[in-house]
Amino acid sequence: MLDRLGRRGFLVVGGALTGGLVIKLTVPIAFRPPWAADAGPSFNPNAFIRINRQGVVTLVVPMVEMGQGTYTALPMLLAEELEVALDQVRLEHAPPNDALYANPVLHFQSTGMSSSIRAFWTPLRQAGAVGRTLLIEAAANRWGVDPGTCRAQQGVVLHAASARRLPYGDLVDAAAMLPVPATDSVKLKDSQDFTLIGTPAKRLDTPDKVNGRAQFGIDVRVPNMKIAALAISPVFGGKPKSVNEAAARIVKGVRQVVRIDNAVAVVGDHMWAAQKGLIAADIQWEDGPLATINTLEIIRELEEASKQPGVVARSEGDAQEALAGAAQRIDAIYQVPFLAHAAMEPMNCAVHVRKDGCDLWVGTQVPTRTQSLVAEITGLPKDAVKLHNQLLGGGFGRRLEADGSVLAVKIAQHVDGPVKVVWSREEDIQHDMYRPYYYDRLSAGLDASGKPVAWTHRVAGSSIYARYIPQIFKNGLDPDAVEGAAEPPYDLPNIHVDYVRVEPPGIPTAFWRGVGPTHNVFVVESFIDELAAAAKQDPVAYRKALLDRNPRALRVLELATEKAGWGQALPAGRGRGVSLQFAFDTYLSQVAEVEVVFDGSIRVHRIVCAVDCGIAINPDSITAQVEGGALFGLTAALYGNITVKNGRVEQSNFHNYPSIRINEAPHIETYLVRSAAPPGGFGEAPTAAVAPAVTNAIFAATGKRIRTLPIDTVLLRSTT
Amino acid sequence: MAAFTIMVNGTAHSVDVDADTPLLWVLRDVLGMCGTKFGCGIALCGACTVHVDGTPMRSCVTPIGSIGDKAVTTIEAIGKTPEGKALQQAWLDLEVVQCGYCQSGQIMSAAALLTNKPKPSDADIDAAMSGNICRCGTYQRIRAAIHRAAGTKED
Repeated sequence: MLDRLGRRGFLVVGGALTGGLVIKLTVPIAFRPPWAADAGPSFNPNAFIRINRQGVVTLVVPMVEMGQGTYTALPMLLAEELEVALDQVRLEHAPPNDALYANPVLHFQSTGMSSSIRAFWTPLRQAGAVGRTLLIEAAANRWGVDPGTCRAQQGVVLHAASARRLPYGDLVDAAAMLPVPATDSVKLKDSQDFTLIGTPAKRLDTPDKVNGRAQFGIDVRVPNMKIAALAISPVFGGKPKSVNEAAARIVKGVRQVVRIDNAVAVVGDHMWAAQKGLIAADIQWEDGPLATINTLEIIRELEEASKQPGVVARSEGDAQEALAGAAQRIDAIYQVPFLAHAAMEPMNCAVHVRKDGCDLWVGTQVPTRTQSLVAEITGLPKDAVKLHNQLLGGGFGRRLEADGSVLAVKIAQHVDGPVKVVWSREEDIQHDMYRPYYYDRLSAGLDASGKPVAWTHRVAGSSIYARYIPQIFKNGLDPDAVEGAAEPPYDLPNIHVDYVRVEPPGIPTAFWRGVGPTHNVFVVESFIDELAAAAKQDPVAYRKALLDRNPRALRVLELATEKAGWGQALPAGRGRGVSLQFAFDTYLSQVAEVEVVFDGSIRVHRIVCAVDCGIAINPDSITAQVEGGALFGLTAALYGNITVKNGRVEQSNFHNYPSIRINEAPHIETYLVRSAAPPGGFGEAPTAAVAPAVTNAIFAATGKRIRTLPIDTVLLRSTT
Repeated sequence: MAAFTIMVNGTAHSVDVDADTPLLWVLRDVLGMCGTKFGCGIALCGACTVHVDGTPMRSCVTPIGSIGDKAVTTIEAIGKTPEGKALQQAWLDLEVVQCGYCQSGQIMSAAALLTNKPKPSDADIDAAMSGNICRCGTYQRIRAAIHRAAGTKED
């Protein structure tokens, strides 16, 4: 299904050159980040659909597939309005081009923030409708009938009165000569008329993923390619001091040793030769000034900084005054750790640098950001940097960063011919860019009936946006750091949320699946649970009373708790916990059923998740994302913890940075609320909601409140 | 002069590498068979699972010098066995796959399980599959797909 060879630039317009019909999309781009500044003004026409004379529809997919199902859901949007079967659509990875393929939610060509469907929901359906309109008109012209008497179905235009039919392939050349209707003039279907959207479609990318044929970035092979293994300075910011190049070079299969500013690479005929060469090279490091940093000091600094007021994210009423006058006051500190992404496909990038150009083969969430940085390093013009995007063996935000490609290019500049740089798992974990450590202070005041009358929440931690897209970091406020904190789903009078930026020295921070909400939903949903406990009320009833003005949130809460059997008796040692969130334009509630054993160990038996994500494009993909997203968040809640000692990350592989396994995985049930609202994002929503559901369940089972992740099971041991 | 000749999926391949070279890198980098994946390098994740004379092995820690004349089977050929074929179909029927990177190893581990235990219980599945990590979290569907391929039911 995926055309690996047809990755040519897509600049033909109308029916020129090869015949067929090309449909343009109009995608409004509000502003462009620095590396995309030369992509031109807003409202660039995008062109990424063509239909050939055989009736095959090709969609050049601007987003990348990393397991979230976008390579199925995006073509569904197009096929629905174009009136073709899903299996008539072929996919191509888009080349880097912010002028053509920018994501209007993220302002550049990027796959992240669960935005793909929200970004292309309207443009792709409009493009399909434009295509359908043109093809119907071409058929009507040929038959000499009114287009209004024709209709399209399954790639064919039909004229019922005369029982005539013409397949799209026979019409594309004529359609390409017609004036193109304005995208906002074509009528889109009402949601009740959808025949494809809302049905559980088979994923288009999976057949090759069960027989070993799918090509991920790490699988790329080009003629005469060498393999490089690398060692990056174990201490952030360190440099190689000495390298025994002679010893490395005598290893069978080793071709070359490359030394760059912060790393050493050994280039060989295969990975094993390169890895043995690295060991033989016996690299000694100059650690530099960051050799003293430790997690505990970073936490102390966060704690201190969070005592001072921050930049206000939201302030309504007078929280301080309401706190002072409250019948009961609750204070709490919550902390979440640094996290690595640990995608199953370790970081890698194949590069061929030449005098006049550079080719990169890599699975990346950010092709244009990568292209732009590579152009900078090599001094090549951007269009001489060809990026061949590949399937991603997991992204989770790690591949929103171009550091791996930059490193590979710096190595490849010393290599004659193509070289694939493959990171070991140890390098992948110790040189990730980490989900920031956050330190949150909260206070709430309750009135005599237990209802919240004041709520303050201060987030302290790194700003990813300040580095990533400075335009979004405005007046000292990082909207990601407070996402999920500034707008809890509840009616909270007298709310004050602020943010203190604290950068951990030397530790690179980056987006991680679920972004801001993964941190803040844990904090907010735990704290609201604390308030319910302080008010001696049922956590579900307590939340419901605060949702008068939020019917969609109330509905998912009701659905999840009903399906979970909230209130029904459980065996001893077990508890149920609930969480509720609104993030990525999606409402979601989870109930976790957790058993705490006498030694403190935890078994999550069941997770029930209710979802209102608006119109569900591919409901089976939504269910899959609940199952997977919840486990991704559960892994973090149970185990995820990156710690730094003497400037080095202490974890290195799956033994000390574990992932949940099949024998520990709870049963997960998903319930969708039928909705006609525009679709919300989904790839990240379930990841955020799981930790508080689990820790609230632990509280229900044991009376012990977990305020720091990962869950410290020592605290849960029975004292009897 | 080839140092080793190994049988992979019924075909003999001669390779000139050190005896300690893991089978994984011989398959991927020397023979160009990239269906077998690299995940951790120290037998913690199962992404590199292949069969050696029918036994599931982590190819990242299996030196080529230990293979001798044993038959190596990889994901590229597992569909030729009845168990492999049934599992691949069940994987598609139940839409197990997300990113897909670990699924070669998952299917190889599952195929070995079904060869030894054609009607596995959930405990058998846990025992056979807990060495395979999936960061996308597809375990629930993996379990269901194994049962489907085996014609068994979840406990």
